[in-house]
Amino acid sequence: MVFAILDARTLGLVGGVLLLLGAASIVVQVLRRRTDLGLDPGIIENLHRRVRAWLILFSGLAAAFLIGKTATVVLFGLIAFWALREFITLTPTRPGDHRTLFWVFFLITPLQFVLVGMGWQELFSVLIPVYAFLLIPARIAISGDYKRFLERTAKIQCGLLICVYCLSHAPALLVLRPNSLPAATTASSEAAASAEASGGTDAAAAEAKPAGPAVESEGDPYRNTRLLFFFVLMVQLSDVAQYLWAQVPSKHLIAPSISAARTWEGLLGGTASAMLVGGALWWATPFQGVWWWMAAVMSGVVSLMGFAGGITMSAIKRDRGVKDYGTLVEGHGGVLDRIDSLCFAAPVFFHCTRMWLGN
Amino acid sequence: MDTNLARHSLALLARFLSGASVRWVDSQPDTCQRVYFANHTSHLDAIVIWSSLPQEVRMITRPVAAKDYWTAGAVRRYLATRLFNAILIDRTEIKVHQSPVDIMIREIGQQYSIIVFPEGGRATGINPEVGEFKSGLYYLCKKRPDLELIPVYIDNMNRILPRGEVLPVPLLSCVTFGPPMWLEKGEAKTDFLERARQAVRKLKEND
Repeated sequence: MVFAILDARTLGLVGGVLLLLGAASIVVQVLRRRTDLGLDPGIIENLHRRVRAWLILFSGLAAAFLIGKTATVVLFGLIAFWALREFITLTPTRPGDHRTLFWVFFLITPLQFVLVGMGWQELFSVLIPVYAFLLIPARIAISGDYKRFLERTAKIQCGLLICVYCLSHAPALLVLRPNSLPAATTASSEAAASAEASGGTDAAAAEAKPAGPAVESEGDPYRNTRLLFFFVLMVQLSDVAQYLWAQVPSKHLIAPSISAARTWEGLLGGTASAMLVGGALWWATPFQGVWWWMAAVMSGVVSLMGFAGGITMSAIKRDRGVKDYGTLVEGHGGVLDRIDSLCFAAPVFFHCTRMWLGN
Repeated sequence: MDTNLARHSLALLARFLSGASVRWVDSQPDTCQRVYFANHTSHLDAIVIWSSLPQEVRMITRPVAAKDYWTAGAVRRYLATRLFNAILIDRTEIKVHQSPVDIMIREIGQQYSIIVFPEGGRATGINPEVGEFKSGLYYLCKKRPDLELIPVYIDNMNRILPRGEVLPVPLLSCVTFGPPMWLEKGEAKTDFLERARQAVRKLKEND
């Protein structure tokens, strides 16, 4: 069934990643047992946690891809809901915020993902930054509790923006309309029409495009799926690459008071590695239709934004006096710890893709 | 609907909505007869503790709840009598030989465990302190000294469903079960109640 649905490139990307992850988890398991190698157990433990989270994340993604677009949007919706729970739990609110929070959780969050699923970009790009942004302080004011008003309002807005608005741009990649991506890789009539309208890019596209499998000429229904998968993969890869590069001996900490693990070596080395790997995966992305090195540039952007997300969330955690969102409530994996970089990278990746590939 | 299935689904739903993580500190789940006593900040407290117990323990554990609240409306009555198998106490009318402690002792027999909230009412405020315990817990233990007492601390439920609100906000909460204790021979009422209260408070600081 799987082979019938997915084309070779999608299968190569998704299957390749899952196979690599399977291998990685075996290697990490072996390293955990082997204490005689003199490796830092802290690093192994960190890698073990990452690999386990990735296995869940990527198999969930792959399963959602097979079921369809709606399943993927719902999956991200649930992740956002859980992340927002962790964020607001950590943030002191007052009883006066209760009803506002109810609307935030049960109206705005689901609505954002419904709009994303419908592909209604005009609305989902302003629902939270405009409508929710204005509704939240007004609703809190109506509750009559003015103590620390601005602070409480800002905290709820910030949580909603980071956990819901930003993250929703990842599944929004699935609904990028054909005419905003290179037309040469689609076969819908609409895309064909726009292909005729814009000659320049497409000539370049046809030239740069390697001789793909036969399915290419019949359209590429999984182009957006691959784009999303590529994005999530690059976020996670740049994350771990930054972590590993930060282990090199000469350490120049970026913000010692916030994180003892984030160094300039990590940021630069991690970003360079991410660009190399991302560039090597050019064949899986729609960027191949424009310039082949675009995949590398986008990977670099993703890496920088992922770094920004990680250090921002670290600052919030430091201020609240916890190490992980997960340890706040024991037993929960700390979803927000795993997706902070994803949240920051998603909207930027979305807009860059739209801007550079749109015509 | 099959009652057991309904119970099980309700427990799962309650776990999801309350986002409760469960910790047992120097303590283990057990099917022996127990009294779980906890701090009280929300109407959902009893449900959250009940759903935090392993299934076989949950089957024999009955929350003690206020009759006026849990018989108001068909849904609450169904939940309380059919699903939680709650022991309902009439707060407005207390008769001789029908004191809440008598009712509890009669209802649990030699089989059931109970969940009680000895503060008597829900604490209020942003970071509520565990209040003074009412004497019911003492008289219960006086008559049934064999019952194991398990202190329970519920964290953050006052933000999920505060006093006076109808709709819950799905934040994360934490339920901590502490080590068992008993009423000592000859222990004075106030000493015992204070010791029990401190046992709950200690779980709060355990974070």
